[in-house]
Amino acid sequence: MSDHDYRPKSKVGQWFNDRLPLLTLANHLTDYPTPKNLNYWWTFGGILTFCLITQIVTGLTLAMHYIAHADMAFESVEHIMRDVNYGWLIRYIHANGASMFFLAVYIHIFRSLFYGSYKAPREIIWIIGIIIYLLMMAAAFMGYVLPWGQMSFWGATVITNLFSAIPLVGEGIVTWLWGGYSVDNPTLTRFFTLHYLIPFLILGLVVLHIWALHVPGNNNPVGIDIKKPSKDTVPFHPYIVIKDGFALLMFMIVFAFFVFYAPNILGHADNYIEANPMVTPAHIVPEWYLLPFYAILRSVPDKLLGVVAMLSAILILAVLPWLDTSKIRSAVFRPLYKQFYWILVADVLILGYVGAMPAEGLYLLIARVATAYYFLHFLVILPVLGFKEKTLPVPLSITEPVLGGSPNLAAARNKESKIE
Amino acid sequence: MSEKKTKRRDFLFTATTAVGAVGAAAVVWPMIDQMNPDASVKALASTEVDVSSLTPGNTLTVLWRGKPVFIRRRTQEEIDEARKVKMEDLIHPEKDEDRAKNPEWLVMLGVCTHLGCVPLNDKGDYNGWFCPCHGSHYDTSGRIRKGPAPWNMEVPKYEFVDAKTIKIG
Repeated sequence: MSDHDYRPKSKVGQWFNDRLPLLTLANHLTDYPTPKNLNYWWTFGGILTFCLITQIVTGLTLAMHYIAHADMAFESVEHIMRDVNYGWLIRYIHANGASMFFLAVYIHIFRSLFYGSYKAPREIIWIIGIIIYLLMMAAAFMGYVLPWGQMSFWGATVITNLFSAIPLVGEGIVTWLWGGYSVDNPTLTRFFTLHYLIPFLILGLVVLHIWALHVPGNNNPVGIDIKKPSKDTVPFHPYIVIKDGFALLMFMIVFAFFVFYAPNILGHADNYIEANPMVTPAHIVPEWYLLPFYAILRSVPDKLLGVVAMLSAILILAVLPWLDTSKIRSAVFRPLYKQFYWILVADVLILGYVGAMPAEGLYLLIARVATAYYFLHFLVILPVLGFKEKTLPVPLSITEPVLGGSPNLAAARNKESKIE
Repeated sequence: MSEKKTKRRDFLFTATTAVGAVGAAAVVWPMIDQMNPDASVKALASTEVDVSSLTPGNTLTVLWRGKPVFIRRRTQEEIDEARKVKMEDLIHPEKDEDRAKNPEWLVMLGVCTHLGCVPLNDKGDYNGWFCPCHGSHYDTSGRIRKGPAPWNMEVPKYEFVDAKTIKIG
């Protein structure tokens, strides 16, 4: 890359940069050539970075007041809400921040699915992203346990019991996870430790995610390889910085709405009842962002196979770059894939809805059909589509269709205007 | 380099790696095992319950090792219902005679074998228990009859210390 030639202007800068080339890195990030046709779906990477930092900062401050003990955790959370200066604000930002984090990550993931960002040469970026997503789910689950309410306790019981489905060693693993014969104080203290650790693991993986991104550069709505730097690119700063900043501002309005006007709407009232190992709440539901997977778990009548199906639903994403056999990245030029993409979006939303409903009657039937379709999409439709689909002509560059002279002019212009 | 010397190096390399691996495992094991139940948790192994106030058709729920234990004093109808079930109708075949030595008393962990919720008394299609989490139905012997749970509710080790006291554990 050209930024290896970078040399700071000031003497001090040169002296420092010769010893630790941080300024070269900063220069690379500033000049980083970015496709000029990136739309607003591309701003969620920056939004997600903001979410992670928000969770870490609010989490650190909450940890100064929270007490990780089965007898005191629930009370200490109420203490944060009532006594600690701005404790209510910090906790509501942290609790709703988790939901906002997942909202952003789902948009980010579905952006990749639409524009084929997971395809060669970006498989490693994608896989690191899936690992981050898994860690996010672990962190969110353990964080939800910390207030030690009824949903915390029974959510922890149900999720840790998933491991008991493993033949032979399952029960031993569950006892090991609990540090006892049920979810209790040893479970709470270790969950707190891990909940504290995971965000920093995510932070490290985010660095790798961005590093891996900066090797091939961003994908773009047209999904073609572009020359960098060229007429098709703009420097990251100020063009993308300003666009990301504006999108972040819009996102923060939504975020602030939840924090200030509906701070409990995404939670469950049962979690304001202290944990009671003798009584299970009538209806146990995970947080909204885990509902599609919960629906898959419940749609299988066998315990072990249910757990296997749920885990497969997530892990199947990691091999997606090899399941999708089409050479064309962007759905803009894949008329059939585009339709199946929207069916998948609807399918996941339906799974989320039935995941929140009781697992019986019509809901169960819908959950089973939707689960079957989910796997059908990845295991049958995507591999076959790559061979069968008649794709539209792809432009040779981002600029060409705009300036004219491209044989694919009409198609590209027509399709591009549709995305925006 | 002669062939002999290369072999000597190979041996040293393998031996060093092996000793290193054993050493690493010896250090890792305490880190893993510290998460298993500690001595204070294990010490809470048994509990004694006074059941003299329990009338037939009622259930007492007590906490043992952090888990609820159902003590059900069954009515004659419940016993008859449990005993007349054919083994081939059961998902996890167990005779009621084996689960309740004294037919009037059913003692079992009140933990659904699916994902660990506490089933509700006198509910479900088999007049026994019903788990609200994922819809498992248990009969009057606490055996799984319908739903995702794979096993019957577990009968812990227990004994009558005297006519009105049960010792669990």
